[in-house]
Amino acid sequence: MTPAVRTALFGGASIWLLGLIAALAVIVPAMNLLMPPDSAFHLSAFAVTLIGKYLCYALLALSVDLIWGYCGILSLCHGAFFGLGGYAMGMYLMREIGDRGVYGNPDLPDFMVFLNWKELPWYWYGFDNFGFAMLMAVVAPGLLALVFGALAFRSRVTGVYFSIITQALTFALMLAFFRNDMGFGGNNGMTDFKDILGFSVQSDGTRCAIFVITAIMLAAGFLVCRAVVHSKLGKILISIRDAESRTRFVGYRVEHYKLFVWVLSACIAGVAGALYVPQVGIINPSEFEPANSIEAVIAVAVGGRGTLVGGIIGGVLVNAVKTFFTGTLPDFWLFALGAMFILVTLFLPKGVIGLFKKTGGIGVKLPGLGKLASGAAKEAKP
Amino acid sequence: MSPEPIGGVETSAILYLDGVTVSFDGFKALNALSLVIEPGEMRAIIGPNGAGKTTMMDVITGKTRPQHGQVQFAGKHDLTQLDEAMIANLGIGRKFQKPTVFENHTVEDNLYIALKEDRTVFSVLFAKRSPAQAKRLDELLEITRLGPHRDILAAKLSHGQKQWLEIGMLLAQDPQILLVDEPVAGMTDAETAETARLLREINKTRTVIVVEHDMTFVRDLGVKVTVLHEGSVLAEGSLDHVSADNRVIEVYLGR
Repeated sequence: MTPAVRTALFGGASIWLLGLIAALAVIVPAMNLLMPPDSAFHLSAFAVTLIGKYLCYALLALSVDLIWGYCGILSLCHGAFFGLGGYAMGMYLMREIGDRGVYGNPDLPDFMVFLNWKELPWYWYGFDNFGFAMLMAVVAPGLLALVFGALAFRSRVTGVYFSIITQALTFALMLAFFRNDMGFGGNNGMTDFKDILGFSVQSDGTRCAIFVITAIMLAAGFLVCRAVVHSKLGKILISIRDAESRTRFVGYRVEHYKLFVWVLSACIAGVAGALYVPQVGIINPSEFEPANSIEAVIAVAVGGRGTLVGGIIGGVLVNAVKTFFTGTLPDFWLFALGAMFILVTLFLPKGVIGLFKKTGGIGVKLPGLGKLASGAAKEAKP
Repeated sequence: MSPEPIGGVETSAILYLDGVTVSFDGFKALNALSLVIEPGEMRAIIGPNGAGKTTMMDVITGKTRPQHGQVQFAGKHDLTQLDEAMIANLGIGRKFQKPTVFENHTVEDNLYIALKEDRTVFSVLFAKRSPAQAKRLDELLEITRLGPHRDILAAKLSHGQKQWLEIGMLLAQDPQILLVDEPVAGMTDAETAETARLLREINKTRTVIVVEHDMTFVRDLGVKVTVLHEGSVLAEGSLDHVSADNRVIEVYLGR
């Protein structure tokens, strides 16, 4: 099969995916807004936000697939980038409450009044502006990824060692955000949001609008990732994944490439987090729990690593299963998650998408999923 | 990466190693090794296992930093101060002992990745294949005789074809020096002869250093030979000259 044919196949999957997202963006709001509440075709506001939430997780899983599937970097801290994006949105929504809080303070969010704070900390400045807050939802995770990645990649920390320090990073952030004096609401986080850009976050119209925006951002994120992996840079990422040291000897500064895609991926995760918060109505430090990041990684493994489309499918699938388990058998959810990972590793090494594509896309002949952090370990010693 | 004047001897050599010592936990992999390669030369390096051949390549390509000694390229670059990517971009290409091509890329993409071009992240992100590059890729496929296989994944190539693809990737980098580690290991006689032809062809325009165990192949190349032993040079000269050396027979050929 020629590369042209393979690209076309891959393109086909992309068209299907984009079509599906577009259909969701039209049908879901229509079923909520246009159908009368007693109709069988009516979709409740709860269902709209639930599907919207899945799309956010899909965007997060997409960002994990970009770095893990294509560059072999196994991140266990994408939940943290997601959380930072969420906090940026949360801070805007808190400021938007204004004097309608319990304490009626026009400048300070309730939790600050409760802590007897007299004025807004400097890092809250600007968050009353929606544009600035959205910029921060991308810049904050991006900046953290830049600093962290620059240090780690320069020191050539790879494989499981890298994964472990990313997990430490998200754990450290969780502990930090739990503290009240950090100024982010401590363990309660931020909630009781009133409106966004003047529209009530509770109204069906706003929920549907946020849903449509989430769908658009997911499609945009997918197209950006797809453009990156299909560029010459995408080929270099795969080269780094498969033979890092060889790529250096061909003359590529591996650390620069890793840093680029790492930061891009963190920014996408931040966008997902920012879209997530107005839909669930709360952001708290539990978003930084290491389990959340691991969930995103498993979502990618379930969907099909190194395919992008697979990341999105996995993100939706795993979280749909999660909804089911946390609703009916909450104690078993983590077992189910673990079982999914093991089953996929054993029986579907190319993930769900591998069922549809015999020889698919760029992700062919991946090192087994069992080898979580590919690259470093298996590389030939010259 | 600007060529800064460095201390040391003025030399016409393209590659100049002087007193290079590398030790791993007290074991001296290289022991005051000195080696001078002139521009346009082809040199064969032989020696028993553990003589330091691969470590020498590691030092030249920036993978290993020597504890002592000088490594100069073209009389103006101190290679002990640069990393792998910088050295590769200066024009020193390396072929590994075990063929390492990018198995998930097609043959053509392997060569495309190796083509000499601006390698900063954003120029690579927006890179477009130019007609000149397409022409160069055709040439490289012709030289390595991999034209019919251009669209298949490198993983599917035979062992010998992978070796040639790797040599093709080296050429794509347009290096001044090629370091070639055991190019004919595991090749058939016909492939070995073909590889000797390829290396002689390459040597018309570039400096080549070949590390090899296969004496027939070294004889085929018909070039100056350096014998390494325990991290330093034991003998140097034509193959007949070094083969007659008693110490060489004792440590290497006699075995």
